[in-house]
Amino acid sequence: MIGRFIQNAGWPRIIIALFLLGLFIAAPFVGVRVDTSLSNTLVRFGMNGVMVLAMIPMVQAGCGLNFGLPLGIIAGLLGATLSIEWNTEILAKLVELGTVYKISWLNEVFVTNWRAALGFASAIIIAVPIAAVLGWFYGKLLNRVKGDEMMIATYVGFSSVSFMCIAWLLLPYKHPTMVWGYAGRGLRTTISVEGYWLHVLSDALALDIHTENIHLYIPTGMLIFFAVMAFLVWVFMRTKTGTAMTAVGSNPDFARASGVNVDRMRTIAVVMSTILGAVGIIVYEQSFGFIQLYMGPFYMALPAVASILLGGASVNKAGILNVVVGTFLFQGILTMTPSVINSYLQTDMSEVIRLIVSNGMILYALTRKVRAGR
Amino acid sequence: MIRRLFDIIANNAVPAVFIIISAFAIPLSGYSASYLIQELLTRIGRNSFLILSLLIPIMAGMGLNFGMVLGAMAGQIGLLFICDWGIVGIPGIVLACLIGTPIAIILGIFCGHVLNRAKGREMVTSYILGFFINGVYQMVVLYLMGWIIPITNPALLLSRGYGVRNAVSLLGIRGILDNLIPTVITGTQGAGQFFNAQGGNPFILLQIPLIDGSIRIPLATLIVIALFCVFIIWFRKTKLGQDMRAIGQNQAVSDSAGIPVNRTRIIAIVISTVLACYGQIIYLQNMGTLNTYNSHDQAGMFSIAALLIGGASVSRASIANVFLGVILFHLMFIVAPVAGKNLIGDAQIGEYFRVFVSYGIIAIALVLHAWKRNREREAARRSLRGNKGGE
Amino acid sequence: MLLRLDHVGKEFYGNRVLSDISFDIDAGEIIGLVGENGAGKSTLLNILFGMPVIASTGGYEGTVQVDGKTVHFTSPNQALAAGIGMVHQEFSLIPGFTATENILLNREVLRGSSMSYVFSDRVSTLDREAMNSRAITAINTLGVNISPDMIVSEMPVGYKQFIEIAREIDRKNTRLLFLDEPTAVLTESEAEILITALKKLARSGIAIVFISHRLSEVKELCSRILVLRDGRLITDQKAEDLTTRQIASFMVGRESEKREVQQPIEIPDNPIDTISASEMLNPSPKKKRKKIRPALKVEHLWVDMPGETVRDVSFDVMKGEIFGIGGLAGHGKLGIPNGIMGLYPSGGRVKLFGKRLILNKPRAALGRKMAFVSEDRRGVGLLLDEPLDWNITFTAMQTQGRFLFGIPFIFQMRNERAMSKEAQKFIDQLSIKCTGPHQLASELSGGNQQKVCLAKAFVLKPDILLICEPTRGIDIGAKTLVLDTLREYNRENGTTIIITSSELEELRSVCNRVAIVDEGKIAGILPASSPAEDFGMLMMGQTKNNNDNNIDIENVNVNVNGEGEISA
Repeated sequence: MIGRFIQNAGWPRIIIALFLLGLFIAAPFVGVRVDTSLSNTLVRFGMNGVMVLAMIPMVQAGCGLNFGLPLGIIAGLLGATLSIEWNTEILAKLVELGTVYKISWLNEVFVTNWRAALGFASAIIIAVPIAAVLGWFYGKLLNRVKGDEMMIATYVGFSSVSFMCIAWLLLPYKHPTMVWGYAGRGLRTTISVEGYWLHVLSDALALDIHTENIHLYIPTGMLIFFAVMAFLVWVFMRTKTGTAMTAVGSNPDFARASGVNVDRMRTIAVVMSTILGAVGIIVYEQSFGFIQLYMGPFYMALPAVASILLGGASVNKAGILNVVVGTFLFQGILTMTPSVINSYLQTDMSEVIRLIVSNGMILYALTRKVRAGR
Repeated sequence: MIRRLFDIIANNAVPAVFIIISAFAIPLSGYSASYLIQELLTRIGRNSFLILSLLIPIMAGMGLNFGMVLGAMAGQIGLLFICDWGIVGIPGIVLACLIGTPIAIILGIFCGHVLNRAKGREMVTSYILGFFINGVYQMVVLYLMGWIIPITNPALLLSRGYGVRNAVSLLGIRGILDNLIPTVITGTQGAGQFFNAQGGNPFILLQIPLIDGSIRIPLATLIVIALFCVFIIWFRKTKLGQDMRAIGQNQAVSDSAGIPVNRTRIIAIVISTVLACYGQIIYLQNMGTLNTYNSHDQAGMFSIAALLIGGASVSRASIANVFLGVILFHLMFIVAPVAGKNLIGDAQIGEYFRVFVSYGIIAIALVLHAWKRNREREAARRSLRGNKGGE
Repeated sequence: MLLRLDHVGKEFYGNRVLSDISFDIDAGEIIGLVGENGAGKSTLLNILFGMPVIASTGGYEGTVQVDGKTVHFTSPNQALAAGIGMVHQEFSLIPGFTATENILLNREVLRGSSMSYVFSDRVSTLDREAMNSRAITAINTLGVNISPDMIVSEMPVGYKQFIEIAREIDRKNTRLLFLDEPTAVLTESEAEILITALKKLARSGIAIVFISHRLSEVKELCSRILVLRDGRLITDQKAEDLTTRQIASFMVGRESEKREVQQPIEIPDNPIDTISASEMLNPSPKKKRKKIRPALKVEHLWVDMPGETVRDVSFDVMKGEIFGIGGLAGHGKLGIPNGIMGLYPSGGRVKLFGKRLILNKPRAALGRKMAFVSEDRRGVGLLLDEPLDWNITFTAMQTQGRFLFGIPFIFQMRNERAMSKEAQKFIDQLSIKCTGPHQLASELSGGNQQKVCLAKAFVLKPDILLICEPTRGIDIGAKTLVLDTLREYNRENGTTIIITSSELEELRSVCNRVAIVDEGKIAGILPASSPAEDFGMLMMGQTKNNNDNNIDIENVNVNVNGEGEISA
């Protein structure tokens, strides 16, 4: 079992895992606290986990790595901004419902104590249908360009981000915390979610030990949310449809000969990926505290792609374990290199290491021989 | 017949759309003709060489060489050294090319080998390779230069003593090639003003009464570009060029005919990388400042977008596409922000619009290419049955 | 003596594919080389061309001599240098290049330049005029009129074949030319032009080896005919001493021993279908028509399967019958089952138990209780990266909703335990050698993979089972087991089975009736008990079976003559 894992993992993963282990071991010697580092890693893991999860359906359905993740992110951004724009209306509507149906506790519980949760939920509820529609078109497009999915996905992502740049300027957003103050219109580059749904997941059930010896913060809620999402994906991949999807990715000709509609499965996979991307960015924002618009989502696909590859996935096979391992390793490296290496070399090499590790990982996956598909 | 007509329209749709967009945007921008011509000439001189470097991999069937940023980085390393050594003028440019060449060749060979391992997805691989090498480049320039690699000029180094500054002034070679043979076209009234402003005599002075103001022509750069075009035309006629065309169309057949497929592909990438290195040097001598960590980044994207706007596709590109593309792309680049401002009152929109167009056009070109290829594959299968079949 | 082979033989991993081949070829001779698939033709060609596959599998026995000198080619380039040229069945042309560019591919005429001394010849420019004139010379030698500037992709198929041959002719030193099925893609008039051109070429001193299944062409063109069977040279005779029937019987082998053959189980309502050669000659009074509906009725089927194109095929299969489809590779026999199952674009009419089947939809075919075992085991037949239980139960799960739990259409998860159990059942039943139902399919041997494919079909409990190449690439023991399994399955469940195979003997031993496909059409359907040479004749395109099932009078005559001579 362990031998097989190592064999499957391949040398780049082993090296990076050892490197990370080395960083953790070296940390105390350069005055970096292991517990804080671990906490940071966990927070980043929770922030990025769902977006990495978004890779699974498309990889499993043979559409390759989802370099078009920004499309899902855009849906998430729309959901996030609209949830703030309509925050008052949504809450007012609930209060109204409460009065109409004489449910006074609704007003009490939901509106007062659960404002943030409601805002967060409304962001997701708005984002998911948008993501589904975008994903459907995106899936149809990818079905027509089989064999070139990854390059086209990259540029679909880029062009949709740059298209949205124009849209962010022109869309009739009114909310004062979001639009530029002087012009009165056009969304700001970064929008704070404070006062809406900042840390709504992160702080839920969070374990925050801050004593003299231990500085530990575990964003339990966010990790549970990730676990639930991962479980849903896990269950889905075990349904009849999920099984068909896996077969499509494994061998489309086999699937077709078994009566599976290959294009339909691929479309479903792309829609799922896009939806997960949308949910993922909202989870990310609630922890990060800001909605980053304009060119913000531009390169967001690369870390997610690199993470899942780092976790041992290949261009056409990926599982939950790959997501968990990969995200932990990748985010671990990102957390540890600035703190440890910087204290050692007195310089910030994290950006360079991130570039080399993530792109080297993708390059490794792309140049590995895969079974010739037709 | 109708199919052929359809093909002609389909092949030229992209340039046509851009001509129409420009036709609307130019009057909106309110720029004068001489200003636009001056700007375009400058940009043709600045960018054409970079775009031309893309042609050879397309010929060899390797698609758009997103890996050309490797060459751009090699060129920048050459420029950093001549800045450090304080070599100016034409010798500086030549020396930068000489330093960049071996680096570009090594990177090109590496890139070629990687792409040979990823046949069928050259583009996405070369694209990621660009990022990867960018990481290595940053490591070299940001950490090794001034530490292991000797850089002494304090104007280049960060205050901490090693690593190169973000912006490096290339004053020593700024415009050197462009102004090697000073050439000016003026209208009759403009001549006097020009001499006053410049305080020197142009080498060549042309007077065309229709133009108001004066237009400076980067003649030497244009000559270099023309020479390069001649090189490409010649290259197409060589055995090597013929082999590349053959490989571009069918690797298996070329292989069985005894053409060394992998080697030829590597040669194509090496040539492209080296030329991109020179292209970047020409580009930067015009710009006059080197953004150490960004200049190369967008070289690839803008060059590819320009080429595609000129009507090229992933598998077919000509010199005419390059020049049409550079004119249309940069016309849009110049007028879009102003047109956007005059139209909607926000220059930012035009700014984003041109970025959107750059990416959108690449996406569309890639989609059309894949679509066409899949359709052709299907048609080829259908043709096997001949006319003898049933319905 | 241009080429001499002396006791040439070849073994692949202990599997003898060629033994004791000796013959020689003189300059200017045209030789016909005839043999079934697997007779050893391609291995022979691989040896002569020094293909790496020969050296990497231990070389060959015996000697090959060119001009009396022993040679041992280790790469195709050496063979080319020695003057041996080859025109393959698949075109190896660059589609966007002109005729000239293709004829002179990698042999372009170069202008010398100073650059070429500094670098290499590859930087010299091409001399287009000289290239054109050389191309024209080569094209003219063939006696056809093709513009040297014509783009290959815009040429009719026949022209492409001529360009291929012109390419070999242009090679200055070509003295021996191998042509693999050159007329397969040509129209009749083009084929005639080619034959005339080849005769002309031969007169100029080039020896030609003509590999074809069209015996009439072979007889017309060649002076000598070599027949290969099971890796042996069966005959090497002057063409005029052989009749087509003799060639056919040499090729497929005569009855050597009495063996058990399956009899046609029922007389179908279309008597022509089962008429044997002897019945053709002595037509018996028409038998009483029985009202039996065929299980599968195929009418005017065409299928666009690359390399196995089906043009127009009609046949009936009775319920409970084992029906064989044979023929040479590339003639469309594999296209028929693939087309019926909807895997490749197809048209025409297919009726299943009297009800029309929707074509081009695998799901429809599967839904009508048909099961399919693909010839492309690794490409279509298996999920190589998934465990055995997936492979075996996947199709049943997707089409019949088995091995699932939950609420149909709303939420159904796969029942891994049921899957493993079913897989284990078949692993025991077919004695599949594996570590268990969770082993990956890619880790199994060819024979065991084939058994997994069978299990996958059996799980569906089909009414009609279509199997392609059931024994390809598996060892003898597994072969017998697979065939026995099929026979048993047919006997126990009364399942109608359609087997497509290149191995005629296999079909004759298992099937009730065997249809032979030739050039995308059914050449004839014979009971398995018919003499082997009758099948051979059909394979060689000697009976044209028109769609109305008219019997070609001329070919019947040929049969009579042939039989007379053999018995004499």
